[in-house]
Formats: sequence, structure tokens, C-alpha cells
Amino acid sequence: MTDIPANDATNDAEARTRTREAALIRKRYRAERRFRMYGLAAILAALGMLTVLLVSIVSAGLPAFTTTQIALDLNFDAGDIDPGGSRDPAKLASANYRGALLKSLRAEFPGSETRQGRRDALNMISNNVPFVMRDMVLADPFIIGTTQRVWVKSSADIDQLAKGSIDRTLPESDRRVDNRQLAWFEKLEREERIRTVFNSTFFTTADSREPEQAGILGAVIGSALTLIITLLLSFPVGVMAAVYLEEFAPKNRWTDLIEVNINNLAAVPSIVFGLLGLAVFLNFFGLPRSAPVVGGMVLALMTLPTIIIASRAALKAVPPSIREAALGMGASRLQTVTHHVLPLAMPGILTGTIIGMAQALGETAPLLMIGMVAFIVDVPGGFTDPATVLPVQIFLWADAPERAFVERTSAAIMVLLTFLIMMNLFAVLLRKKFERRW
Amino acid sequence: MKIKTLTLAAVVSVAMVGAAEARDQIRIVGSSTVFPFSTAVAEQFGKSTNFSTPVVESTGTGGGMKLFCAGIGEDHPDVTNASRRMKKSEFESCTKNGIDITEVKVGFDGIVLANSKSGADLDLSLEQLFVALAKEVPQDGKLVANPYTNWSQIDPSLPNLKIEVLGPPPTSGTRDAFIEIAMEGGCKTLAGAKDLELSGKACHAIREDGVFVEAGENDNLIVQKLEANPDAFGIFGFSFLDQNSDKVKGASIAGTAPEFEAIAAGEYPVSRSLFFYVKQQHVGVIPGIKEFVTAFTSDSAWGPDGYLVDKGLIPLPDADRAAMAKQAQGLQSLSM
Repeated sequence: MTDIPANDATNDAEARTRTREAALIRKRYRAERRFRMYGLAAILAALGMLTVLLVSIVSAGLPAFTTTQIALDLNFDAGDIDPGGSRDPAKLASANYRGALLKSLRAEFPGSETRQGRRDALNMISNNVPFVMRDMVLADPFIIGTTQRVWVKSSADIDQLAKGSIDRTLPESDRRVDNRQLAWFEKLEREERIRTVFNSTFFTTADSREPEQAGILGAVIGSALTLIITLLLSFPVGVMAAVYLEEFAPKNRWTDLIEVNINNLAAVPSIVFGLLGLAVFLNFFGLPRSAPVVGGMVLALMTLPTIIIASRAALKAVPPSIREAALGMGASRLQTVTHHVLPLAMPGILTGTIIGMAQALGETAPLLMIGMVAFIVDVPGGFTDPATVLPVQIFLWADAPERAFVERTSAAIMVLLTFLIMMNLFAVLLRKKFERRW
Repeated sequence: MKIKTLTLAAVVSVAMVGAAEARDQIRIVGSSTVFPFSTAVAEQFGKSTNFSTPVVESTGTGGGMKLFCAGIGEDHPDVTNASRRMKKSEFESCTKNGIDITEVKVGFDGIVLANSKSGADLDLSLEQLFVALAKEVPQDGKLVANPYTNWSQIDPSLPNLKIEVLGPPPTSGTRDAFIEIAMEGGCKTLAGAKDLELSGKACHAIREDGVFVEAGENDNLIVQKLEANPDAFGIFGFSFLDQNSDKVKGASIAGTAPEFEAIAAGEYPVSRSLFFYVKQQHVGVIPGIKEFVTAFTSDSAWGPDGYLVDKGLIPLPDADRAAMAKQAQGLQSLSM
């Protein structure tokens, strides 16, 4: 720019270039701002959908954590329960508690003498009340012949009524609760014999056909048993495979083939693993149906590729200088791996494992084939007992016609999400705490 | 690693021991329509007797038959539920494996066409229902792709509404039954259908031009969609209509509304029978099968005042029920 005589023409050209450059720069800035806005909009959209999902699940599921109880005067009629007066526990266990209950209901609910009235009265309370009475008598036989005021569970319909899910102003034919039941309920309400309590049943029992008696304990234990097997099988196998492939295996066409296959397996639809489990574990080895041990084995097959891929990535991230230093100090290759490489890669391996486990926790499709999509009332006590898992329980309840299962479905989803969030949080914390940067 | 290998070995050996252990609970597979009733009986049975609660799987009728007929022994289920009668081919595959079967008919299930409470009332004949949903209909002596888009085009007495029907996918037993009873029934009596060889299986094709929407296996979902769209109709089982009577109402078919009494009396045309099948060779080997059958066929369960009625089962007429109970409890063999 020195010593060149300036004239108007060049000045003009320069000014034009400058404005053009400025315009270009502004355009670039605008493009960048736009790009950032798109990104922000994408995140906001994702967050918005997540919020809608969570709000709808939580608002639908929260009522399931409370339940309605009715204070009933139960007449432990000696004539029904212990006609001989022998107080023999074996006889007391199989006595006619339904008869005693019906007598109590007749006294409690005027108008329940007719057949329809008796049905209405029975439908006010949970059908496990005769069993509650039996347990009370077995615990204390001296209550035979007395009348006790007991808080018993209401039926699911009455529970829905108390929670306001049934509109009392609708015409009788459109309601699940008829006028007679509504009148009884309102009378009980006035006498303060209706109360809402925390629904502990939901956490202490397994599945039931009666919504008010259904719980998730069976499914939670089933999930836990299944995941223990999955972890015990897939973690050692996955890590050993990754260590061998990454640290020891020669690089040739065979290992390439294995690598491609592992990556492909990670993308195989999970139902295929279920079919494999049915053919191999059930039909060939004759393992029991619906058992967590088989579920765990199938899910282990499914999570293996995830764990191998994550472990290999973690091993790859350990810098070669560590290996070279260890080898230089005279360590064998086994020592190098077990003393240095593996411990350094462990946080990454564990993160991958936990994410694989979380994936296995949410899986239903492969379990369908091995009989874990089933109605199971008993809480499983071991690896070979029939069991179901949390997502299957959600699926079964979502399909049930009873209205009260809708809120239980959402509540079970909340429990499942809590477990998933806890597992992922644990993975994040693990990574934060032990991660090394080189 | 040594500890892990040991644990692994322990787990595998536990699994093997478990497999060898005798099964003490009844295993039931089969139809998802019978599932709510079967599970209710299973739960009551477990509570009120000393036997373990039976394990009930929902595998679908066809899947259940396959498992049931696969063989004798504790790896195979003892009972299978079905929302239709056992087919001859299934019976033969059972017989080939040496299985003797007792058939128990438990009751009826109605299939309803329902819409939102705020929607129009509809009274259809089976022929009109067929014409509304079939892929091809006869017109001027020819078979043409279904041209109807509004109910009133089929018959001026029907409401002037777009035809929009949500129903179950082909994998569902409800869909099978709907096609067999409603579609085939309507096609049989439709004027001009016979001349075009439109009968039997030829009537099974449902239109695919977006008028019939496959809404998935979950009937609760269909109810929710009907609530949101008052012009749409949905096809599902009677128990879902019964549970959601404040939200949806059933359309009358051939002048009969889908009500409990009408289905029980056999007046409502779209209803099917529900069954379960018992493997006789397992009676006495797996504890409790005979007692379970007795519990299912007692009047406190499947009678008009029984607890299964509350679950949506429509009981058999009194005389049939007594005869069926006797036949079931005597474990009479099925022959075809």
C-alpha cells in the first residue's frame, strides 16, 4: 500500500471491497446466530417433549400412591367362624369368613338384603377382606364373637370415586358406581369413615387382578434377579473379550471379521435374542420357563456387544505410553494389562456396563418368548421361580380393562424411570470421579 | 477373576438343579382375551387353597395351542386358553404327541363397535358393517374397490359422517373374531355377493385406504382415541365398553345394543365363545389341576353372580353351564 498514488478509482474500488467484505462478515455472523438458534430450538423442543411426557406420567401416576380405606364394623360371628367352639387353627383357617362378612355388610349397608344389594355392598370393599378377617382371627382367636371396627381397603371403583375420577353428577347408567353405592359412600363420608392413606400395598405385593391389591414388588425383585444374572454373565465375558481383542489378538482378517460381527450384533433387534433363548435355553437345555435365570441369560447375550464395544473404547483410550512404560520396566503383557491398563480403563468399562444394564432393565421383547410376560402373584424367591420384570408389568397393566390400572401403569413407569435415572446417574458419577485425562 | 469364574459355575449349576426340580404350580398359556378371567381364577385359587398360584401367560390363542400341543411333561403347559374353538389341525398335532384334551367352554365375549358418548348413535346391520369396512364390495354386478367414505352413502338413514373405524391389528384374536363373525356374517346375506363368489375367506379382506385404522393391540388406547375424536368408531371387547361406560357407547348391530343380557342370550350377533383346554396326562402329576378346573367351573366364579362377571365375562346359560361343569370336572376327552 506504500508509495502508490491514490486516485479516485482505486479508492472507490477499495471502499466497495470493504463494504462487500463487511456485508460478507455480517452474513457469516448471521448464519452463525441462525445456526445457534436452530440448535437451541432443537434442545428446547426435546426438553418440551420430555416435560410433556414426565408431566403426563406423573400426573396420571401420583394418585396410585394413595388408596382409600373404609372403617367397617366387622362382626366376627362365632356361628360362621367357629361353630364348634374348638378354636382349632386348621379349622379357623378355612372357616366361612365370607358368611361373617356378609352379615357385617347387612348391618352396615341398609338395603343390601336383596341379591343386587348384596353385590353392591360386596363391591364397596376389596375382595381380600375375608382373608384379612382370617388373618386377624388366626393372630388373635379371642376376637371371635366380637365386633371390631377395622379400616379395610375399598374396592378400586370406590377408590376412583373418592379420588374424583368418577363424576358423581353423571346419570347412573354411565357410572361404574350406582346410586345405592353412592348414597352409602356419601353417608360413610359424612361419618368420617373414609380415609385416604399411603398405598403401601403397591410396594409390598406382586401382581393381582384387583387393582387395589396389585403391587410392583414381584416385578422389582424379578428385575433384580434377572439383572444379577445378566451382570454376572455379561460383565466378565464382555471385559475378557474386549481385553483379548484390544490387547492380545493379532490384527488379521479373523479379528476384523469378529469385530464387524460384534458391531452388527449390537444392532440386532432384541426379539431375535428371545427366539434364540427359546430355542437354546428352553428347548435344548430344558431350563424352566418364566425363570429369571433364563431371562438373565438372554439379556446377557443382548448386552454383551454393548459392553464389549464400550470396554474396547475405554481400553483404546489408555495411552500407549502407559503400556510401553510398564513393558519397559520389565512387566509381562499380562501384568501390564491387569496392573495398569485395566484399572485405568475401568471407569469407562463400568459406565458402558451400567448403560448396558439400564438397557436390559427396560427390555420386554426377548422376555416374551421365554414366558416372562405372565401373571405371577407370588413374589419370586429365587433364580428359577417364575417371575416377571418391571417393563412387562407395565405392559400387562396398560392392557388391563379396569380403570384403576391406568394410574398404576403410570406409577410403575415412575418407579422404572427412577431406577433408570439412578443407574445412569451412578454411571455419570463414576465417570466424573475416576475419569483421567491425558 | 477366579471368584467370578466360581460364581459363574455356581449360577449355571443352580440353573441346572432348578430345571431338574419338580414343578408344583399349574402353568397356563393362551389367549389374551381369556387372560383376565384365567388370572382372576388363578389368584382366587392360590389364595383360597394350599396349592401354589398358577402362572398365567398371555401368548395369544395360536401361540398357546402350539406350546400346549408340543408334548407331555413338566416343560409343557397344563392348560391353554382360547378365544375360539381348537382347530382340527391343532387337535391333530396334539393327538400326534399323545395328548388327551378336555375342552371347557367358559362363556361369551362380545365384540363392540363403539364411539364417544358425545358422538352420533348408530344402528347398523351386519351387511352395512361389511359394506363400510370391506376392501371390495359388489356394485352393479361387479366387484369394485370400496367407494364409500360416508355412512350416509351406504344408507340414507345413517348419519352423514365420515367412516372412520379404529380396530385391532391382524395379530389380534379380537380382529380374527370380528372378521369371522361380523364381516363373514354380513357378506353371507349381502345382496349380490353370492354371484360374485364373495363368501367365506373372500369376505375377510378389510379396506386399506385409511378408513380402517389399525390402532394397536391396546384397547385402552382405542378408548382414549375415541374420546378425543367423537366422529370415530372403535372395535374392542365388551369388557372395555363395560369399564368405560362413562366415556364410550356401543353401536347397535342388527337392532341389538351390546348389553350384558343381550350378549348372554345370544341376541347380539357379534359375540364369540371362550374356551380353555386341559391336558389330561398332567392331572395328578402337577398338583391342583383338577381343583383348578373345579374352581373355574364353580358358580361362585363363572355363574351369573360370580366374580368373573365383574371382570366382564358373559356367562353361559344355566343349563349349558351345569352340563359343561359336569363334563369339565369329569375330565371328558375331546374328540374331533
